[in-house]
Amino acid sequence: MKVRAQIAMVLNLDKCIGCHTCSVTCKNVWTSREGMEYVWFNNVETKPGVGYPKDWENQNRWNGGFVRRRNGKIEPRIGAKWRVLSKIFANPDLPEIDDYYEPFTFDYEHLQQAPESKAMPTARPRSLVTGQRMEKIEWGPNWEEILGGEFSKRSQDSNFEGVQKDIYGAFENTFMMYLPRLCEHCLNPACAASCPSGAIYKREEDGIVLVDQDKCRGWRMCISGCPYKKVYYNWSSGKSEKCTFCFPRIEAGMPTVCSETCVGRIRYLGVVLYDADRIEEAASVPDEGDLYEAQLKVFLDPFDPAVQAQARADGISQAWLDAAKRSPVWRMAMDWKIAFPLHPEYRTLPMVWYVPPLSPIQSAAAKGDLGQVNGLPDVKSLRIPVQYLANLLTAGRTAPVELALDRMLAMRAYMRSKTIDGVINDGLAERVGLSGNDIEEMYRLMAIANYEDRFVIPTAHRETGEDAYQLRGSCGFSFGDGCSGKTGFNLFGQKQKTPMETI
Amino acid sequence: MSWLNTVFFGWYPYVALTVFALGSLLRFDHSQYTWRSGSSQLLRRKQLMWGSNLFHVGILCILGGHFVGLLTPVAVFDAFGISHSFKQGLAMTFGGIAGIACWIGVALLAHRRLKDPRILATSSVGDIGILLLLWAQLTLGLLSIPVSAMHMDGHEMVKFMNWAQGIVTLQPSSAGLIADVNPIFKLHIFLGLTIFLVFPFTRLVHVLSAPVWYLGRQGYQVVRTTRPVAGE
Repeated sequence: MKVRAQIAMVLNLDKCIGCHTCSVTCKNVWTSREGMEYVWFNNVETKPGVGYPKDWENQNRWNGGFVRRRNGKIEPRIGAKWRVLSKIFANPDLPEIDDYYEPFTFDYEHLQQAPESKAMPTARPRSLVTGQRMEKIEWGPNWEEILGGEFSKRSQDSNFEGVQKDIYGAFENTFMMYLPRLCEHCLNPACAASCPSGAIYKREEDGIVLVDQDKCRGWRMCISGCPYKKVYYNWSSGKSEKCTFCFPRIEAGMPTVCSETCVGRIRYLGVVLYDADRIEEAASVPDEGDLYEAQLKVFLDPFDPAVQAQARADGISQAWLDAAKRSPVWRMAMDWKIAFPLHPEYRTLPMVWYVPPLSPIQSAAAKGDLGQVNGLPDVKSLRIPVQYLANLLTAGRTAPVELALDRMLAMRAYMRSKTIDGVINDGLAERVGLSGNDIEEMYRLMAIANYEDRFVIPTAHRETGEDAYQLRGSCGFSFGDGCSGKTGFNLFGQKQKTPMETI
Repeated sequence: MSWLNTVFFGWYPYVALTVFALGSLLRFDHSQYTWRSGSSQLLRRKQLMWGSNLFHVGILCILGGHFVGLLTPVAVFDAFGISHSFKQGLAMTFGGIAGIACWIGVALLAHRRLKDPRILATSSVGDIGILLLLWAQLTLGLLSIPVSAMHMDGHEMVKFMNWAQGIVTLQPSSAGLIADVNPIFKLHIFLGLTIFLVFPFTRLVHVLSAPVWYLGRQGYQVVRTTRPVAGE
């Protein structure tokens, strides 16, 4: 057992209203720069839809994630190491910018400077790559917002696999949900695995996956390797960039920008302890449907004294162990089993998890013949097909998703009974395998969602690894080249020390 | 004219190689953020798949051929019983095939860079300049093949080998060895040295970071820590 800690995230899709505040605040902080105009470290997709970039979930097309070979070992779907290198001159699995969208601005100045004319002046679009006029904008970062576009195009969504999708094109059967997406900060990141330069790394202390901007050479294999298409190529700097999980904020004990600004309070951040020795085994299980369960087995119980002892031996501080016990992520993923990884079948063991959304009961059910199971509505009568959610979150296994939806329905029924009828109905809780106390806690965390309950982030102890005296007056946070001199050898005889060591 | 010959083929190599070595080292040390391949594939895939593959495979063969062909001592070939004329024929054949592939590749890449509005708008002067420089150099190299065909005895080739080996063994006087060769060769050598000269100031530096070490990486994952690492 090798205990490591990670700050993981859960998003409660049941409460996401698709307002894009997370995307916009993230964009303003991180990607409002030349070369990054088309990049959204965080974006919100309307599902069903092909998403951003187009068709990203179709790994037959993009070859992201890992595959299990016949000998039981996993390797990136883009190929073994020599295959990756053979694609280095021209990468056949790389999306083109049009698969995201050509970034644009508008000629706003024209509105003020146009000479007098009969018609109102307009601000026409202009490409942010070439600076030239764009006659028509064909695609954007959120083109399918609230089911925009034809069903025939939206329904190319890979999550329809195994679903008779044609009936969902009919107006009365339409369903939708929002899916906010960011880097998954995987336990087994495919971007890092496919980076030939070794520039992408996972931080041992908090699990954040970063691109070393100085070491990145722009071989662009990470973009193909990542099945979530959450590593982006900055065409201006020639480097890859990705969500940083706002690490300067996390280190200071603050939530990421997307979490902090979420008006629906759907995001949760907390410590998860995991066993680094079990990652490979979990990612290599033969049946993709078992990957969700396999990942649960990688997580370690913060209340187990043996785990605590090993964690201390592995250098995890008491503050982090205490935070792990109060972790909202642990509660939702492990205690209540209502949060799931996004596309576990990619074998990357993602660490941004999702609570599936409840949806309105079908109109047929509303007329009175509502399917009832144990006094609760049958989750199969929910508008969003359970198979669709299972394809998104559990590699197609519907049982875990059904249980989670049942528990959320039970929470609603229990609290309705308590607050409206004044009756504590413990039977409702027991039917879904929980206690009344669990339901109360679920309610507190998911419905009330106080700031201090959503975000339990211990501060980083950088002082244990860095010489603060040496760092005084240095460049601080920067994109590459901030403090020049990275070779450990200096032409001008100055002593250098790189604060991060590869292990 | 012999002093010009000395300047270009006796002194200029040392200027070019010094700038190449020190410039690359300084850039690597001070500005790794600018050290990248500068791929434009994201903006336009068209013509790159063929262009880039043909160019890169071709140029790697050509570079390897020049390196081995010029810097292996003549005595080694003699010891293996490889005749000069045979070696020249080999160099012309393989160099010619790789050269033509590479030339087509650069032509595709140059056309793409100059004619595609996205690529042109995002190109630096250096990006365009180095591409045209390489294209000119390849053209000269291919033009030298018919010139070589006029004397298949390998005599001229040995002159270049001796010159190159003289330069790397710090004998500027070697310039005299190639004083009387065809001007096409002289221009080819001059441009070649110029590529070394401008190397540190262009995207060519990515050559030095060819990630062959990836093949030797243990497993796939990379983890870093700020904690003191045991045993270091």
